[in-house]
Amino acid sequence: MKTDSKNLFQNKDIEGPSAPQESRWQEFWRLLRRNRLAVAGLIIFVCFLFIALGGLVLTSGTRPVFDPAMVRLQEKLRPPLSAPRVEDLRPEEIPTLGIYLLGTDDLGRDVFSRMLQGAWVSSTVGFVAVGIAVLIGIVMGGIAGYFGQNHVRFNQIFVTIALLAGAGLLMAGIIVLGIAFLVVGITGAALSRQWKRGLLKGRLKPWDKVFFARTISIDTLIMRLVDIMLCFPVFFLILTVVALLPASMYNIMIVIGLTSWMGTTRFVRAELLSLREQDFVTAAKALGVKDWRIIFRHMIPNAMAPVLVSATIGIASAILIEAGLSFLGFGVPPPHATWGNILSDGKRFIFDAPWLTFIPGFAILIVVLAFNLFGEGLRDILNPKLRERY
Amino acid sequence: MLSFIGRSVIQKIITLFFVMVISFLIIHLAPGEPSQVDPLNPKFTPEMVERFREAFHLDKPLHVQFVYFYRDLFTGKTVSWKDNEPVLKKIGERFLNSLPLFIVGTILTWTLAFPIGIRSAIARGGVYDRSATFVSYLLYSIPGFFFAYILILLVVNTFHVPVIGMKTFGFGDVSVLRTIMDRVWHLLLPSVLGATVGIAVLSRYVRSQMLEVESQDYVRTARAKGLPSEQVHYKHALRNALLPFVTMFGLILPGLIGGSVIIESIFSWPGMGRMAYEAILARDYPIILSVNFISAVLVLIGTFISDLLYMVVDPRIHL
Repeated sequence: MKTDSKNLFQNKDIEGPSAPQESRWQEFWRLLRRNRLAVAGLIIFVCFLFIALGGLVLTSGTRPVFDPAMVRLQEKLRPPLSAPRVEDLRPEEIPTLGIYLLGTDDLGRDVFSRMLQGAWVSSTVGFVAVGIAVLIGIVMGGIAGYFGQNHVRFNQIFVTIALLAGAGLLMAGIIVLGIAFLVVGITGAALSRQWKRGLLKGRLKPWDKVFFARTISIDTLIMRLVDIMLCFPVFFLILTVVALLPASMYNIMIVIGLTSWMGTTRFVRAELLSLREQDFVTAAKALGVKDWRIIFRHMIPNAMAPVLVSATIGIASAILIEAGLSFLGFGVPPPHATWGNILSDGKRFIFDAPWLTFIPGFAILIVVLAFNLFGEGLRDILNPKLRERY
Repeated sequence: MLSFIGRSVIQKIITLFFVMVISFLIIHLAPGEPSQVDPLNPKFTPEMVERFREAFHLDKPLHVQFVYFYRDLFTGKTVSWKDNEPVLKKIGERFLNSLPLFIVGTILTWTLAFPIGIRSAIARGGVYDRSATFVSYLLYSIPGFFFAYILILLVVNTFHVPVIGMKTFGFGDVSVLRTIMDRVWHLLLPSVLGATVGIAVLSRYVRSQMLEVESQDYVRTARAKGLPSEQVHYKHALRNALLPFVTMFGLILPGLIGGSVIIESIFSWPGMGRMAYEAILARDYPIILSVNFISAVLVLIGTFISDLLYMVVDPRIHL
């Protein structure tokens, strides 16, 4: 009998249950190739990443290969592909390529070097902002989807408010009241631990019932927070905060990230709500796997498809927002060149030097278009329901 | 139905309260104070700053300021810090300037997006569909300010008409027709720009909605029983595909106040967006907070209306 079954499996004619013929990546490529716009988007996406990395390497340091900050006042507003007037320049002022590939701006700075630097800045802003948004979105959506049915208890709210108020008052300089609130908060936390132990043993006094009263569920809490965030006019909010904070690249990334996590939260929550009913989650629970490990190791990877799509499109919109902020004069501050502020500086010379408007404008357009096309292609591929229809 | 209305009104009021708190905190906890905007101005003596702080309750604790501010806002007494004019009056004036942009932009969006989307869906996969798809991505991806400059260059070079501002200055004593044409030319570009993203997004949405309905069984049945294709497309499919768009009438409400900052700045259009931008530059907190508050109210009313409309047009939904 034993040898029989061995023979059975060695026999190639009989096909046992086998893994799918093509791997996930092969299937991905097959589907992607059919969507030519998405392939073009992916190619531009990859090129842009290399240009951005090249921009970081070639334009930073004390003696960069392409110096975006080199001012040559005698060479201002030279059109693209024009040769420098070598006799007027000192040797270190001659552009590395021997010509002004994309012209010079009103201070005689080489637009090609500035575009290279701007590519790095734009991509950093896009990726970091979306990274922040996706991180917040996954954590919030994960909590709402997995622990959503649990209720926040009164003591938790009480302790949180006391601690927050204490910290806030301390920061505002009201020391005595702040310390008092902190002490109340910490005692509250300690007392609730104590009480919880008593609660588990079954000793429940009427007073405890009030202290441990269930209030709203975690799901309600997080989704109402999403609703509140959705009420703000986003660009106006970003503009306000960026204008009030000191100008810096990091502030812009953080602010864009903090105002765009709501979509991801909703997607992740919806996915987790359906995933948590599935057998593999029950199996993991039965094996005694910790909640956080179930969420992040088992469920989130299965919920990543819509997150990836919205992240790709989110990068595009973050780049657009950064360009818009730079255009209004609130973007990444000098000396960093970004595509938005090259365009914003160049718009004054739109009739004399149209390349200062059109080169960064088309660069932004092409990159954003590539991200959007690739993102939409990704959506079609990752969503089996849409596959046959398009 | 009544319980749904009651619940959602209460919920929205709570949301609005938190929006008020958060926007107030963001503005007031940010570093820098309005009285420090212009420290080099010799007119701003310390006594002036002190009087200014007192006049606008800036010397009070934060929660008292919060109560004062929203009490003044609800009674219509809030004044701008910059010129002491009532905020609501200022917003009202600017709102009337933004209104034509909003109306023309909305009309353009809705009249163009539907035919484009429907035709793409019917001719799915064809040349028209593919080029419409590409163009809508293009319009969606183009930075608004860049597109504005392209259009300005095109229009000014081709038609030789001025487009910046609301009307041409010193145009007083010309015929009525010239004046109207002048206003139309000035109105055209900003509203087209305001509508581009809307057209791109809405036409894609119409297309996918229409495709969804076209793959339903009853449409196949209609086709199988030999109905002419116009009747299948426009009577059986389109009517059902239009359902979600009825609810979108509620969602265009916030656009009333969210006049685009960038476009109004480029065209020197004295509308809401530009006023908000100037208020941010001048740290005129009452205006920033009032604009924020009004737009939050409009978002909430808009979602409320769209929920109600959804219940009215779709009997399958009982909230």
